[in-house]
Amino acid sequence: MKTTKDTTTAGNGGGDVRLTGISKTYGSFTAVHPLDLTVPQGSFFALLGASGCGKTTTLRMIAGLEEPTAGTVHLGDQDVTALPPYKRPVNTVFQSYALFPHLDIFENVAFGLRRRGIRSVKKQVEEMLELVQLGEQARKKPHQLSGGQQQRVAVARALINHPRVLLLDEPLGALDLKLRRQMQLELKRIQTEVGITFVHVTHDQEEAMTMADTVAVMNAGRVEQLGPPTELYENPRTTFVANFLGTSNFIEAEVDTRSGGEIVLKAGGGKLVLPEARNSAPTTTGGKVLVGVRPEKISLTHADDAGGIPDGRNRITGRIADSSFIGVSTQFVVDSPVCTDFEVYVQNIDRDARLVPGAEVVLHWNPAHTFGLDAAQSLLAGTVNSAGVETVEEEVA
Amino acid sequence: MATATEAPPLAPAPEKEPPRRRGRWTPYWLLLPGLLWLVVFFALPVIYQASTSVQTGSLEEGYKVTWHFATYWDALSEYWPQFVRSVLYAASATVLCLLLGYPLAYLIAFRAGRWRNLIMILVIAPFFTSFLIRTLAWKTILADSGPVVDVLNTLHVLDVTAWLGWTAGDRVLATPLAVVCGLTYNFLPFMILPLYTSLERIDPRLHEAANDLYAKPSTTFRRVTFPLSMPGVVSGTLLTFIPASGDYINSDLLGSTETRMAGNVIQSQFLRILDYPTAAALSFILMAAILVMVTLYIRKSGTEDLV
Repeated sequence: MKTTKDTTTAGNGGGDVRLTGISKTYGSFTAVHPLDLTVPQGSFFALLGASGCGKTTTLRMIAGLEEPTAGTVHLGDQDVTALPPYKRPVNTVFQSYALFPHLDIFENVAFGLRRRGIRSVKKQVEEMLELVQLGEQARKKPHQLSGGQQQRVAVARALINHPRVLLLDEPLGALDLKLRRQMQLELKRIQTEVGITFVHVTHDQEEAMTMADTVAVMNAGRVEQLGPPTELYENPRTTFVANFLGTSNFIEAEVDTRSGGEIVLKAGGGKLVLPEARNSAPTTTGGKVLVGVRPEKISLTHADDAGGIPDGRNRITGRIADSSFIGVSTQFVVDSPVCTDFEVYVQNIDRDARLVPGAEVVLHWNPAHTFGLDAAQSLLAGTVNSAGVETVEEEVA
Repeated sequence: MATATEAPPLAPAPEKEPPRRRGRWTPYWLLLPGLLWLVVFFALPVIYQASTSVQTGSLEEGYKVTWHFATYWDALSEYWPQFVRSVLYAASATVLCLLLGYPLAYLIAFRAGRWRNLIMILVIAPFFTSFLIRTLAWKTILADSGPVVDVLNTLHVLDVTAWLGWTAGDRVLATPLAVVCGLTYNFLPFMILPLYTSLERIDPRLHEAANDLYAKPSTTFRRVTFPLSMPGVVSGTLLTFIPASGDYINSDLLGSTETRMAGNVIQSQFLRILDYPTAAALSFILMAAILVMVTLYIRKSGTEDLV
């Protein structure tokens, strides 16, 4: 009875997850600050952040494994805030899979069906095991399977219940790199196939960007920015997002003039142009703005050839401090008056032999790739060093 | 595999031999003290007792091995009620220990939080006092005019237990109930500790996973927690049942002649009547009976599958 109800409501588009003002505090520590979030039905949604940023707590509140201090959780139109986990039409793939060691693979997968009083589970379980390509392993115990196989059992065990939402808590964390890549594609394929809403928690920015339609970047219990991966990458709104997703260069600049959707800024002796649409900082004349640009957007020209650079490009000068050849590209660190340690990635198409440490160069890029951030924040937020601190926090928790 | 096949050409076999040979006997040397201990204090006494059990003679004329197996039959036919009683009392005490110990072990493992160590100390604390003293204390607790018996009498509980044959009249002391109480009390820690160990090893995420998969807390316990704690249940019941069925102190101090167990008979045959062959034969019968029961039990509970 209950299953039929669940599946029909899922079919009626009841799979939106709506978090309203949800928060979680442990004593004086706030794990999740009041948060509003809507995950649309059928989407692949990723919560991305360093360890201890509150992403897992958020996920557990959706699952019902953690009680929110304030706020509500809605699945479609149903308020599930007060429901215990076993009454929520939501299933979880746990970080270390949490397969039942005393049951074989078949019984692990059948567990949810049996608990809901479904008698003939054989056909469903076999189909599900086929979907995750584990038909042969049905009578083995979990410890007899490899990590990747266990991971697929965990997915099968959750999916067989046709939950309205599938929650994935760092499901690929325990796998090695190659297998992780393979499972990313596998999960994406399964999600497209079954069309269930996936909420995926991860600390791996690449994983989030490859798999998810929408990514919410979390930091210290708050959502810093939410959007499709390309938007987060191309137009970050905080230094945390800019640093956590890839690498960014920042130049402190001062607003000079504004006209026609463009802001002209003064940095060092030169001028930089920033599209107004890509700016998230307050722009009063004379105000400070952090100008950001990704390393791969920048072209590097030897100072002798500076005359050949087209007009209308943002340019700064500097001296190459370091270069490392990594095959497809060469990574340069450029020392410039407006920013030390300016990173530039140059594709190895035509290598200029003069670009060696010590050479005077001009860095230039299309102004459309510039983004502007509020200068009142740490340049280092979200970099490797600050992420390291958060790892320690996780171990304490 | 790859390294194993590639290794010989790099390092010639003869050079690799000596270190392996030197280490070959180390495990056996390390085993030696334990083995010696077992031989001197277990194997030899068992052999000696086995020979005693088939001897005939008397204290004055000395005993000779005459392969008199009839001693076994005589002992069994005379003392079978005490054996039955031993098994019954030990089984009752084991069941009571399980019923009392499981909730406590569960509490310590999952709910005690920072009280965990304190409760563990309370469980182990009785071991700091001698077994004998603790059993004597129960004599006071269950004394005829003591508060426990008074309350039980007022509530007419003793009428029910007397009807069941567990107690006699309006007293608890010198009845089967008192012996089982003593056994339960004395062997409870042997039940709690293995239960706690196996419960504590269960990953709490398995509970969450079961909850997430539509199992109510009671179903989670039945389908996940209890099956996973089976190794603890089996070792706990064995650690309780085996010593309890050979125990004689509890029956001696808390019981009467009506509650004599196999242990009491063996003790009196050895130390009072000085009929060594019968005493030895009784010991072997008890040992064999326990061995058979334990083997059947382990087979049935199928714990080898769980570890």
